[in-house]
Amino acid sequence: MSIIFDHVDYVYGGDTPLEVKALDDICLQIPDGQFVGIIGHTGSGKSTLVQHMNGLLKATSGHIYFNGEDIYDRDFPMKKLRSRVGLVFQYPEYQLFEVDVLSDVCFGPKNLGLDRKEAELKAFDALRKVGLPMELYYQSPFELSGGQKRRVAIAGVLAMEPEVLILDEPTAGLDPKGRDEILSQIRQLQRDTGITILLVSHSMEDVAEYVERIIVMNNGRVLYDDVPKKVFARYKDLEEIGLAAPQVTYILHELQRRGFPVDVSATTIEEAAETIRKAAAKC
Amino acid sequence: MLRDITLGQYYQTESLIHRLDPRVKLGGTLLYIISLFFFRNFWGYGVALVFLAMVVRLSHVPVKFMVKGMKSILFLLLITVVFNLFLIPGTELVSFWRLTITVEGLRTAVTMALRLTFLIIGSSVMTLTTTPNNLTDGMEKMMKPLKVFHVPVHEVAMIMSIALRFIPILMEETDKIMKAQIARGADFDSGSLIRRARALVPLLVPLFISAFRRANDLAMAMEARCYRGGEGRTKMKPLVYQKRDRMAYLCIAVYLAVSITAGRL
Repeated sequence: MSIIFDHVDYVYGGDTPLEVKALDDICLQIPDGQFVGIIGHTGSGKSTLVQHMNGLLKATSGHIYFNGEDIYDRDFPMKKLRSRVGLVFQYPEYQLFEVDVLSDVCFGPKNLGLDRKEAELKAFDALRKVGLPMELYYQSPFELSGGQKRRVAIAGVLAMEPEVLILDEPTAGLDPKGRDEILSQIRQLQRDTGITILLVSHSMEDVAEYVERIIVMNNGRVLYDDVPKKVFARYKDLEEIGLAAPQVTYILHELQRRGFPVDVSATTIEEAAETIRKAAAKC
Repeated sequence: MLRDITLGQYYQTESLIHRLDPRVKLGGTLLYIISLFFFRNFWGYGVALVFLAMVVRLSHVPVKFMVKGMKSILFLLLITVVFNLFLIPGTELVSFWRLTITVEGLRTAVTMALRLTFLIIGSSVMTLTTTPNNLTDGMEKMMKPLKVFHVPVHEVAMIMSIALRFIPILMEETDKIMKAQIARGADFDSGSLIRRARALVPLLVPLFISAFRRANDLAMAMEARCYRGGEGRTKMKPLVYQKRDRMAYLCIAVYLAVSITAGRL
Protein backbone atom coordinates (compact mmCIF):
# COMPACT_ATOMS: atom_id res chain seq x y z
CA MET A 1 0.00 0.00 0.00
CA SER A 2 1.91 3.03 -1.20
CA ILE A 3 2.50 5.54 -3.95
CA ILE A 4 5.56 4.96 -6.09
CA PHE A 5 7.01 7.36 -8.67
CA ASP A 6 9.28 5.66 -11.17
CA HIS A 7 11.39 8.08 -13.26
CA VAL A 8 8.56 10.54 -13.82
CA ASP A 9 9.05 13.50 -16.17
CA TYR A 10 6.51 16.19 -16.93
CA VAL A 11 6.87 18.86 -19.61
CA TYR A 12 4.62 21.93 -19.82
CA GLY A 13 3.76 23.57 -23.14
CA GLY A 14 5.60 21.09 -25.32
CA ASP A 15 6.51 22.25 -28.86
CA THR A 16 6.31 25.96 -28.03
CA PRO A 17 9.09 28.37 -27.09
CA LEU A 18 7.63 28.34 -23.58
CA GLU A 19 8.46 24.69 -22.98
CA VAL A 20 9.27 24.02 -19.33
CA LYS A 21 10.39 20.82 -17.71
CA ALA A 22 8.31 20.91 -14.55
CA LEU A 23 9.30 17.48 -13.28
CA ASP A 24 12.62 15.90 -14.01
CA ASP A 25 13.25 12.22 -13.33
CA ILE A 26 11.30 11.91 -10.08
CA CYS A 27 11.70 8.68 -8.13
CA LEU A 28 9.83 8.49 -4.86
CA GLN A 29 8.11 6.09 -2.56
CA ILE A 30 5.49 7.17 -0.08
CA PRO A 31 4.47 4.41 2.30
CA ASP A 32 1.15 4.23 4.13
CA GLY A 33 0.50 6.35 7.17
CA GLN A 34 3.46 8.65 6.73
CA PHE A 35 3.23 12.38 7.38
CA VAL A 36 5.33 13.94 4.62
CA GLY A 37 6.21 17.55 3.91
CA ILE A 38 6.97 18.63 0.36
CA ILE A 39 8.95 21.86 0.34
CA GLY A 40 10.10 23.98 -2.52
CA HIS A 41 10.29 27.47 -3.82
CA THR A 42 7.52 28.85 -6.06
CA GLY A 43 7.86 27.09 -9.40
CA SER A 44 9.94 24.22 -8.06
CA GLY A 45 7.38 21.68 -9.26
CA LYS A 46 5.82 20.74 -5.95
CA SER A 47 2.22 21.43 -7.01
CA THR A 48 2.84 19.66 -10.31
CA LEU A 49 4.20 16.69 -8.39
CA VAL A 50 1.14 16.25 -6.21
CA GLN A 51 -1.26 16.65 -9.13
CA HIS A 52 0.25 13.49 -10.57
CA MET A 53 -0.69 11.51 -7.49
CA ASN A 54 -4.39 11.47 -8.28
CA GLY A 55 -3.98 11.43 -12.03
CA LEU A 56 -4.97 15.06 -12.73
CA LEU A 57 -1.78 15.49 -14.71
CA LYS A 58 -0.37 12.74 -16.83
CA ALA A 59 3.37 12.25 -16.78
CA THR A 60 5.16 12.85 -20.08
CA SER A 61 7.22 9.77 -19.34
CA GLY A 62 7.68 7.37 -16.45
CA HIS A 63 5.24 5.39 -14.31
CA ILE A 64 3.26 5.95 -11.14
CA TYR A 65 2.02 3.05 -9.06
CA PHE A 66 -0.75 3.22 -6.49
CA ASN A 67 -0.88 0.15 -4.26
CA GLY A 68 1.10 -1.77 -6.81
CA GLU A 69 -1.04 -0.88 -9.82
CA ASP A 70 0.13 1.33 -12.67
CA ILE A 71 -2.30 4.26 -12.74
CA TYR A 72 -1.70 4.77 -16.46
CA ASP A 73 -2.97 1.30 -17.31
CA ARG A 74 -5.91 1.49 -19.63
CA ASP A 75 -8.30 -0.28 -17.27
CA PHE A 76 -7.18 1.51 -14.12
CA PRO A 77 -10.20 3.11 -12.41
CA MET A 78 -9.14 6.77 -12.35
CA LYS A 79 -12.30 7.94 -10.63
CA LYS A 80 -11.73 5.54 -7.78
CA LEU A 81 -8.15 6.73 -7.44
CA ARG A 82 -9.43 10.26 -6.97
CA SER A 83 -11.61 9.17 -4.09
CA ARG A 84 -8.69 7.37 -2.45
CA VAL A 85 -6.14 10.12 -2.97
CA GLY A 86 -7.79 13.34 -1.83
CA LEU A 87 -6.21 16.52 -3.10
CA VAL A 88 -6.93 19.88 -1.50
CA PHE A 89 -5.77 22.65 -3.83
CA GLN A 90 -4.19 25.97 -3.00
CA TYR A 91 -6.85 28.46 -1.95
CA PRO A 92 -9.49 25.72 -1.95
CA GLU A 93 -12.18 28.18 -0.87
CA TYR A 94 -12.43 29.24 -4.52
CA GLN A 95 -14.03 25.91 -5.37
CA LEU A 96 -17.06 26.36 -3.10
CA PHE A 97 -20.33 26.73 -5.00
CA GLU A 98 -23.30 25.33 -3.08
CA VAL A 99 -26.04 27.20 -1.25
CA ASP A 100 -24.97 25.97 2.17
CA VAL A 101 -21.89 24.48 3.77
CA LEU A 102 -23.29 21.02 4.27
CA SER A 103 -24.41 20.56 0.65
CA ASP A 104 -21.02 21.72 -0.53
CA VAL A 105 -19.23 19.13 1.56
CA CYS A 106 -21.73 16.54 0.28
CA PHE A 107 -20.60 17.15 -3.30
CA GLY A 108 -17.66 14.73 -3.07
CA PRO A 109 -19.45 11.79 -1.42
CA LYS A 110 -22.41 12.22 -3.78
CA ASN A 111 -20.07 11.99 -6.75
CA LEU A 112 -18.92 8.66 -5.35
CA GLY A 113 -22.48 7.45 -5.76
CA LEU A 114 -23.61 7.62 -2.13
CA ASP A 115 -27.22 8.53 -1.42
CA ARG A 116 -28.16 11.75 0.35
CA LYS A 117 -28.30 10.32 3.84
CA GLU A 118 -24.93 8.60 3.68
CA ALA A 119 -23.35 11.62 2.05
CA GLU A 120 -24.67 13.91 4.77
CA LEU A 121 -23.37 11.59 7.47
CA LYS A 122 -19.91 11.71 5.93
CA ALA A 123 -20.18 15.47 5.54
CA PHE A 124 -21.09 15.92 9.21
CA ASP A 125 -18.19 13.72 10.20
CA ALA A 126 -15.73 15.63 8.01
CA LEU A 127 -16.95 19.03 9.24
CA ARG A 128 -16.51 17.85 12.82
CA LYS A 129 -12.98 16.69 12.04
CA VAL A 130 -11.95 20.10 10.69
CA GLY A 131 -13.47 21.75 13.76
CA LEU A 132 -16.09 23.94 12.13
CA PRO A 133 -18.72 25.18 14.63
CA MET A 134 -22.03 23.37 14.21
CA GLU A 135 -24.09 26.56 13.80
CA LEU A 136 -22.32 27.31 10.51
CA TYR A 137 -23.34 24.07 8.77
CA TYR A 138 -26.43 25.57 7.15
CA GLN A 139 -24.98 28.95 6.26
CA SER A 140 -23.91 30.02 2.81
CA PRO A 141 -20.20 29.19 2.38
CA PHE A 142 -19.68 32.67 0.93
CA GLU A 143 -20.57 34.34 4.23
CA LEU A 144 -17.81 32.61 6.18
CA SER A 145 -14.40 34.00 7.06
CA GLY A 146 -11.31 32.99 5.08
CA GLY A 147 -10.18 30.40 7.62
CA GLN A 148 -13.66 28.92 7.92
CA LYS A 149 -14.04 28.68 4.15
CA ARG A 150 -10.78 26.84 3.98
CA ARG A 151 -11.96 24.34 6.60
CA VAL A 152 -15.12 23.74 4.62
CA ALA A 153 -13.09 23.12 1.48
CA ILE A 154 -10.79 20.70 3.30
CA ALA A 155 -13.84 18.95 4.73
CA GLY A 156 -15.16 18.67 1.16
CA VAL A 157 -12.23 16.42 0.33
CA LEU A 158 -12.12 14.66 3.70
CA ALA A 159 -15.76 13.62 3.32
CA MET A 160 -14.70 11.28 0.54
CA GLU A 161 -12.66 9.43 3.18
CA PRO A 162 -9.40 9.24 1.24
CA GLU A 163 -6.51 6.98 2.23
CA VAL A 164 -4.04 9.65 1.21
CA LEU A 165 -4.70 13.32 1.86
CA ILE A 166 -2.64 15.88 -0.03
CA LEU A 167 -2.83 19.51 1.06
CA ASP A 168 -1.31 22.08 -1.27
CA GLU A 169 -0.31 25.14 0.80
CA PRO A 170 -3.22 24.74 3.23
CA THR A 171 -2.11 27.75 5.27
CA ALA A 172 -1.45 30.26 2.47
CA GLY A 173 -3.01 33.62 3.24
CA LEU A 174 -4.06 32.71 6.80
CA ASP A 175 -3.00 34.53 9.95
CA PRO A 176 -0.63 32.72 12.38
CA LYS A 177 -3.49 31.62 14.62
CA GLY A 178 -5.51 30.20 11.74
CA ARG A 179 -2.38 28.53 10.45
CA ASP A 180 -1.58 26.80 13.73
CA GLU A 181 -5.18 25.69 14.17
CA ILE A 182 -5.41 24.12 10.74
CA LEU A 183 -2.02 22.43 11.01
CA SER A 184 -2.66 20.98 14.44
CA GLN A 185 -6.06 19.75 13.31
CA ILE A 186 -4.38 18.01 10.40
CA ARG A 187 -1.93 16.39 12.79
CA GLN A 188 -4.79 15.29 15.04
CA LEU A 189 -6.52 13.81 12.02
CA GLN A 190 -3.42 11.89 11.08
CA ARG A 191 -3.06 10.52 14.61
CA ASP A 192 -6.72 9.52 14.83
CA THR A 193 -7.15 7.90 11.45
CA GLY A 194 -3.60 6.93 10.45
CA ILE A 195 -4.04 8.15 6.88
CA THR A 196 -1.09 9.24 4.78
CA ILE A 197 -0.75 13.00 4.65
CA LEU A 198 1.32 15.08 2.25
CA LEU A 199 1.74 18.69 3.19
CA VAL A 200 2.98 20.97 0.43
CA SER A 201 4.49 24.23 1.58
CA HIS A 202 7.22 26.72 0.89
CA SER A 203 7.72 27.38 4.57
CA MET A 204 9.94 25.15 6.67
CA GLU A 205 8.45 26.69 9.79
CA ASP A 206 5.08 25.24 8.83
CA VAL A 207 6.15 21.69 8.39
CA ALA A 208 9.10 21.33 10.79
CA GLU A 209 6.91 20.69 13.77
CA TYR A 210 4.54 18.23 12.17
CA VAL A 211 6.08 15.99 9.55
CA GLU A 212 8.32 12.94 9.86
CA ARG A 213 9.86 13.25 6.43
CA ILE A 214 10.69 16.17 4.17
CA ILE A 215 11.04 16.12 0.40
CA VAL A 216 12.79 19.23 -0.91
CA MET A 217 12.04 20.10 -4.53
CA ASN A 218 14.12 22.39 -6.70
CA ASN A 219 13.79 22.99 -10.45
CA GLY A 220 11.58 19.95 -10.88
CA ARG A 221 13.97 17.61 -9.11
CA VAL A 222 14.03 16.00 -5.69
CA LEU A 223 16.94 17.64 -3.94
CA TYR A 224 16.70 16.08 -0.49
CA ASP A 225 14.44 13.38 0.86
CA ASP A 226 15.08 12.73 4.53
CA VAL A 227 13.95 13.22 8.11
CA PRO A 228 13.61 16.91 9.10
CA LYS A 229 16.74 16.96 11.30
CA LYS A 230 18.98 15.85 8.45
CA VAL A 231 17.37 18.20 5.93
CA PHE A 232 17.71 21.21 8.23
CA ALA A 233 21.33 20.36 8.92
CA ARG A 234 21.96 21.55 5.36
CA TYR A 235 20.47 24.96 6.06
CA LYS A 236 23.25 26.65 4.14
CA ASP A 237 22.38 24.71 0.96
CA LEU A 238 18.68 25.37 1.54
CA GLU A 239 19.34 29.11 1.55
CA GLU A 240 21.01 28.82 -1.80
CA ILE A 241 17.79 27.60 -3.40
CA GLY A 242 15.73 30.31 -1.73
CA LEU A 243 14.49 28.32 1.24
CA ALA A 244 15.33 28.62 4.90
CA ALA A 245 15.52 26.32 7.88
CA PRO A 246 13.28 27.08 10.89
CA GLN A 247 14.47 29.97 13.01
CA VAL A 248 15.46 27.70 15.90
CA THR A 249 18.04 26.06 13.65
CA TYR A 250 19.74 29.41 13.15
CA ILE A 251 19.61 30.30 16.84
CA LEU A 252 21.06 26.94 17.86
CA HIS A 253 23.86 27.11 15.29
CA GLU A 254 24.74 30.61 16.44
CA LEU A 255 24.77 29.48 20.07
CA GLN A 256 27.03 26.56 19.20
CA ARG A 257 29.37 28.88 17.30
CA ARG A 258 29.71 30.99 20.43
CA GLY A 259 30.72 27.94 22.42
CA PHE A 260 27.39 26.99 23.97
CA PRO A 261 27.05 23.16 24.04
CA VAL A 262 23.60 22.82 22.43
CA ASP A 263 22.25 20.08 20.20
CA VAL A 264 21.82 21.79 16.81
CA SER A 265 19.56 19.09 15.39
CA ALA A 266 16.51 20.26 17.36
CA THR A 267 13.76 21.28 14.92
CA THR A 268 10.83 22.38 17.07
CA ILE A 269 10.68 25.18 19.58
CA GLU A 270 10.10 22.70 22.44
CA GLU A 271 13.15 20.63 21.54
CA ALA A 272 15.24 23.76 21.21
CA ALA A 273 14.11 25.03 24.60
CA GLU A 274 14.98 21.65 26.10
CA THR A 275 18.53 21.54 24.72
CA ILE A 276 19.19 25.17 25.69
CA ARG A 277 18.01 24.45 29.23
CA LYS A 278 20.34 21.43 29.43
CA ALA A 279 23.25 23.41 28.06
CA ALA A 280 22.58 26.24 30.49
CA ALA A 281 22.57 23.77 33.41
CA LYS A 282 26.03 22.51 32.34
CA CYS A 283 27.57 25.99 32.22
CA MET B 1 -6.33 21.04 -20.44
CA LEU B 2 -7.22 24.41 -21.90
CA ARG B 3 -3.90 25.41 -23.37
CA ASP B 4 -4.61 24.58 -26.99
CA ILE B 5 -6.43 27.68 -28.19
CA THR B 6 -4.33 29.56 -30.75
CA LEU B 7 -6.66 31.99 -32.50
CA GLY B 8 -5.87 35.29 -30.86
CA GLN B 9 -2.75 34.05 -29.14
CA TYR B 10 0.58 35.78 -29.29
CA TYR B 11 3.66 33.85 -30.37
CA GLN B 12 6.73 35.33 -28.80
CA THR B 13 9.75 35.59 -31.06
CA GLU B 14 11.85 38.23 -32.76
CA SER B 15 11.02 39.24 -36.32
CA LEU B 16 10.43 42.18 -38.60
CA ILE B 17 6.69 41.55 -38.56
CA HIS B 18 6.67 41.54 -34.75
CA ARG B 19 8.37 44.91 -34.68
CA LEU B 20 5.98 46.60 -37.11
CA ASP B 21 3.62 49.23 -35.78
CA PRO B 22 0.31 47.57 -34.85
CA ARG B 23 -1.52 50.11 -37.03
CA VAL B 24 0.33 48.79 -40.07
CA LYS B 25 -0.61 45.25 -39.20
CA LEU B 26 -4.24 46.11 -38.47
CA GLY B 27 -4.63 48.17 -41.64
CA GLY B 28 -2.69 45.66 -43.69
CA THR B 29 -4.79 42.75 -42.51
CA LEU B 30 -7.98 44.65 -43.22
CA LEU B 31 -6.84 45.60 -46.72
CA TYR B 32 -5.65 42.05 -47.34
CA ILE B 33 -9.03 40.64 -46.38
CA ILE B 34 -10.84 43.19 -48.55
CA SER B 35 -8.58 42.38 -51.48
CA LEU B 36 -9.64 38.74 -51.29
CA PHE B 37 -13.15 39.76 -52.29
CA PHE B 38 -12.07 41.60 -55.43
CA PHE B 39 -10.70 38.65 -57.34
CA ARG B 40 -12.56 37.24 -60.32
CA ASN B 41 -10.02 34.62 -61.33
CA PHE B 42 -7.43 32.42 -59.64
CA TRP B 43 -4.47 34.63 -60.52
CA GLY B 44 -5.47 36.97 -57.72
CA TYR B 45 -5.46 34.13 -55.22
CA GLY B 46 -2.05 33.11 -56.50
CA VAL B 47 -0.69 36.57 -55.73
CA ALA B 48 -2.44 36.56 -52.33
CA LEU B 49 -0.87 33.20 -51.53
CA VAL B 50 2.62 34.35 -52.44
CA PHE B 51 2.21 37.52 -50.37
CA LEU B 52 0.88 35.59 -47.37
CA ALA B 53 3.67 33.02 -47.62
CA MET B 54 6.25 35.82 -47.65
CA VAL B 55 4.74 37.48 -44.58
CA VAL B 56 4.52 34.17 -42.72
CA ARG B 57 8.14 33.49 -43.61
CA LEU B 58 9.19 36.91 -42.35
CA SER B 59 7.23 36.52 -39.11
CA HIS B 60 9.35 33.54 -37.92
CA VAL B 61 6.22 31.89 -36.57
CA PRO B 62 6.16 28.15 -37.36
CA VAL B 63 3.58 27.31 -40.03
CA LYS B 64 2.26 24.69 -37.63
CA PHE B 65 0.79 27.49 -35.49
CA MET B 66 -1.02 29.07 -38.42
CA VAL B 67 -2.55 25.76 -39.35
CA LYS B 68 -3.62 25.15 -35.76
CA GLY B 69 -5.88 28.21 -35.98
CA MET B 70 -7.52 26.61 -39.00
CA LYS B 71 -8.77 23.71 -36.94
CA SER B 72 -11.38 25.89 -35.30
CA ILE B 73 -13.05 26.73 -38.60
CA LEU B 74 -12.58 23.36 -40.27
CA PHE B 75 -16.23 22.51 -39.74
CA LEU B 76 -17.43 25.80 -41.15
CA LEU B 77 -15.13 25.37 -44.11
CA LEU B 78 -16.46 21.88 -44.75
CA ILE B 79 -20.09 23.00 -44.69
CA THR B 80 -19.37 25.91 -47.02
CA VAL B 81 -17.58 23.71 -49.51
CA VAL B 82 -20.20 20.94 -49.46
CA PHE B 83 -23.17 23.30 -49.86
CA ASN B 84 -21.60 25.30 -52.65
CA LEU B 85 -20.40 22.18 -54.41
CA PHE B 86 -23.78 20.47 -54.61
CA LEU B 87 -26.37 23.21 -54.55
CA ILE B 88 -25.30 25.69 -57.22
CA PRO B 89 -27.09 25.13 -60.53
CA GLY B 90 -25.24 25.38 -63.87
CA THR B 91 -23.40 23.24 -66.37
CA GLU B 92 -23.13 19.69 -65.12
CA LEU B 93 -19.67 18.31 -64.45
CA VAL B 94 -20.29 14.95 -62.81
CA SER B 95 -23.43 13.42 -61.41
CA PHE B 96 -23.99 10.41 -59.18
CA TRP B 97 -27.00 9.16 -57.20
CA ARG B 98 -29.03 12.36 -56.63
CA LEU B 99 -26.08 14.70 -56.39
CA THR B 100 -24.74 16.86 -59.18
CA ILE B 101 -21.54 18.85 -59.22
CA THR B 102 -21.57 21.79 -61.62
CA VAL B 103 -18.70 23.80 -63.00
CA GLU B 104 -20.02 26.91 -61.29
CA GLY B 105 -20.47 25.04 -58.01
CA LEU B 106 -16.93 23.73 -58.05
CA ARG B 107 -15.64 27.19 -58.85
CA THR B 108 -17.55 28.86 -56.02
CA ALA B 109 -16.61 26.11 -53.56
CA VAL B 110 -12.91 26.44 -54.28
CA THR B 111 -13.09 30.25 -54.18
CA MET B 112 -14.89 30.20 -50.85
CA ALA B 113 -12.45 27.71 -49.35
CA LEU B 114 -9.50 29.81 -50.50
CA ARG B 115 -11.01 33.01 -49.17
CA LEU B 116 -11.79 31.54 -45.77
CA THR B 117 -8.37 29.92 -45.45
CA PHE B 118 -6.50 33.09 -46.42
CA LEU B 119 -8.75 35.17 -44.21
CA ILE B 120 -8.08 33.05 -41.13
CA ILE B 121 -4.36 32.63 -41.73
CA GLY B 122 -4.03 36.31 -42.58
CA SER B 123 -5.63 37.43 -39.34
CA SER B 124 -3.73 34.74 -37.39
CA VAL B 125 -0.50 36.32 -38.61
CA MET B 126 -1.63 39.59 -37.08
CA THR B 127 -2.66 38.16 -33.71
CA LEU B 128 0.32 35.83 -33.50
CA THR B 129 2.80 38.65 -34.05
CA THR B 130 1.14 41.43 -32.03
CA THR B 131 0.62 41.46 -28.29
CA PRO B 132 -3.01 42.15 -27.34
CA ASN B 133 -1.96 45.38 -25.63
CA ASN B 134 -0.18 46.60 -28.72
CA LEU B 135 -3.21 45.74 -30.78
CA THR B 136 -5.59 47.78 -28.65
CA ASP B 137 -3.08 50.63 -28.61
CA GLY B 138 -3.10 50.57 -32.37
CA MET B 139 -6.88 50.47 -32.52
CA GLU B 140 -7.16 53.34 -30.09
CA LYS B 141 -4.87 55.51 -32.16
CA MET B 142 -6.56 54.57 -35.42
CA MET B 143 -10.01 55.36 -34.10
CA LYS B 144 -9.01 58.63 -32.49
CA PRO B 145 -10.72 60.76 -35.17
CA LEU B 146 -14.04 59.28 -34.00
CA LYS B 147 -13.69 61.32 -30.82
CA VAL B 148 -15.18 64.22 -32.71
CA PHE B 149 -18.44 62.26 -32.73
CA HIS B 150 -18.20 61.65 -28.96
CA VAL B 151 -17.21 58.01 -29.33
CA PRO B 152 -15.43 57.02 -26.09
CA VAL B 153 -12.42 55.65 -27.95
CA HIS B 154 -10.06 55.43 -25.00
CA GLU B 155 -12.61 53.74 -22.77
CA VAL B 156 -13.48 51.18 -25.42
CA ALA B 157 -9.79 50.45 -25.95
CA MET B 158 -9.25 50.09 -22.20
CA ILE B 159 -12.21 47.75 -21.87
CA MET B 160 -10.87 45.67 -24.73
CA SER B 161 -7.36 45.42 -23.35
CA ILE B 162 -8.69 44.47 -19.92
CA ALA B 163 -10.96 41.85 -21.46
CA LEU B 164 -8.05 40.44 -23.42
CA ARG B 165 -5.86 40.48 -20.33
CA PHE B 166 -8.51 38.52 -18.43
CA ILE B 167 -8.81 35.71 -20.96
CA PRO B 168 -5.66 33.83 -19.95
CA ILE B 169 -6.32 34.52 -16.26
CA LEU B 170 -9.83 33.16 -16.45
CA MET B 171 -8.69 30.20 -18.51
CA GLU B 172 -6.14 29.33 -15.88
CA GLU B 173 -8.77 29.79 -13.21
CA THR B 174 -11.17 27.51 -15.07
CA ASP B 175 -8.45 24.93 -15.32
CA LYS B 176 -7.77 25.16 -11.59
CA ILE B 177 -11.41 24.98 -10.50
CA MET B 178 -12.04 22.15 -12.93
CA LYS B 179 -9.17 20.19 -11.46
CA ALA B 180 -10.31 20.91 -7.93
CA GLN B 181 -13.80 19.64 -8.70
CA ILE B 182 -12.47 16.61 -10.55
CA ALA B 183 -10.42 15.88 -7.44
CA ARG B 184 -13.75 15.86 -5.60
CA GLY B 185 -15.11 13.31 -8.03
CA ALA B 186 -16.86 15.66 -10.47
CA ASP B 187 -17.33 14.30 -13.97
CA PHE B 188 -17.37 16.84 -16.79
CA ASP B 189 -17.26 14.66 -19.86
CA SER B 190 -19.73 11.84 -19.67
CA GLY B 191 -23.48 11.41 -19.46
CA SER B 192 -26.36 13.02 -21.30
CA LEU B 193 -26.44 16.64 -22.42
CA ILE B 194 -28.56 17.70 -19.43
CA ARG B 195 -26.26 15.89 -17.02
CA ARG B 196 -23.28 17.59 -18.55
CA ALA B 197 -24.92 21.00 -18.38
CA ARG B 198 -25.70 20.41 -14.71
CA ALA B 199 -22.14 19.26 -14.10
CA LEU B 200 -21.00 22.74 -15.13
CA VAL B 201 -22.63 24.41 -12.13
CA PRO B 202 -19.75 23.57 -9.75
CA LEU B 203 -17.43 25.09 -12.33
CA LEU B 204 -19.37 28.18 -13.35
CA VAL B 205 -20.42 29.44 -9.93
CA PRO B 206 -16.86 29.70 -8.56
CA LEU B 207 -15.66 31.06 -11.90
CA PHE B 208 -18.20 33.89 -11.93
CA ILE B 209 -17.50 34.74 -8.31
CA SER B 210 -13.82 34.87 -9.03
CA ALA B 211 -14.30 36.99 -12.15
CA PHE B 212 -16.37 39.54 -10.22
CA ARG B 213 -13.87 39.55 -7.39
CA ARG B 214 -11.01 40.17 -9.81
CA ALA B 215 -12.88 42.88 -11.67
CA ASN B 216 -13.65 44.58 -8.38
CA ASP B 217 -10.03 44.35 -7.22
CA LEU B 218 -8.79 45.72 -10.53
CA ALA B 219 -11.22 48.65 -10.45
CA MET B 220 -10.04 49.50 -6.95
CA ALA B 221 -6.38 49.23 -7.92
CA MET B 222 -6.97 51.51 -10.90
CA GLU B 223 -8.79 54.07 -8.81
CA ALA B 224 -6.06 53.92 -6.17
CA ARG B 225 -3.64 54.98 -8.92
CA CYS B 226 -5.87 57.87 -9.87
CA TYR B 227 -7.13 56.45 -13.15
CA ARG B 228 -9.92 58.64 -14.47
CA GLY B 229 -10.21 57.91 -18.18
CA GLY B 230 -8.15 58.97 -21.15
CA GLU B 231 -8.16 62.75 -20.59
CA GLY B 232 -4.59 64.03 -20.53
CA ARG B 233 -3.14 60.53 -20.29
CA THR B 234 0.24 59.96 -21.94
CA LYS B 235 1.83 56.71 -23.01
CA MET B 236 5.10 55.12 -21.97
CA LYS B 237 5.63 53.82 -25.49
CA PRO B 238 3.78 56.11 -27.87
CA LEU B 239 3.20 54.69 -31.33
CA VAL B 240 5.36 56.49 -33.90
CA TYR B 241 5.78 55.35 -37.48
CA GLN B 242 9.32 54.23 -38.35
CA LYS B 243 10.93 53.77 -41.72
CA ARG B 244 10.04 50.07 -41.73
CA ASP B 245 6.39 50.93 -41.20
CA ARG B 246 6.36 53.22 -44.21
CA MET B 247 8.09 50.48 -46.23
CA ALA B 248 5.44 48.03 -45.07
CA TYR B 249 2.66 50.36 -46.20
CA LEU B 250 4.38 50.60 -49.57
CA CYS B 251 4.57 46.80 -49.81
CA ILE B 252 0.87 46.52 -49.00
CA ALA B 253 0.05 49.12 -51.66
CA VAL B 254 2.11 47.25 -54.24
CA TYR B 255 0.44 44.00 -53.25
CA LEU B 256 -3.01 45.55 -53.60
CA ALA B 257 -2.22 46.96 -57.02
CA VAL B 258 -0.69 43.75 -58.33
CA SER B 259 -3.24 41.34 -56.89
CA ILE B 260 -6.31 43.31 -57.91
CA THR B 261 -4.99 43.88 -61.42
CA ALA B 262 -4.12 40.20 -61.71
CA GLY B 263 -7.41 39.14 -60.16
CA ARG B 264 -9.47 41.14 -62.64
CA LEU B 265 -7.66 40.23 -65.83
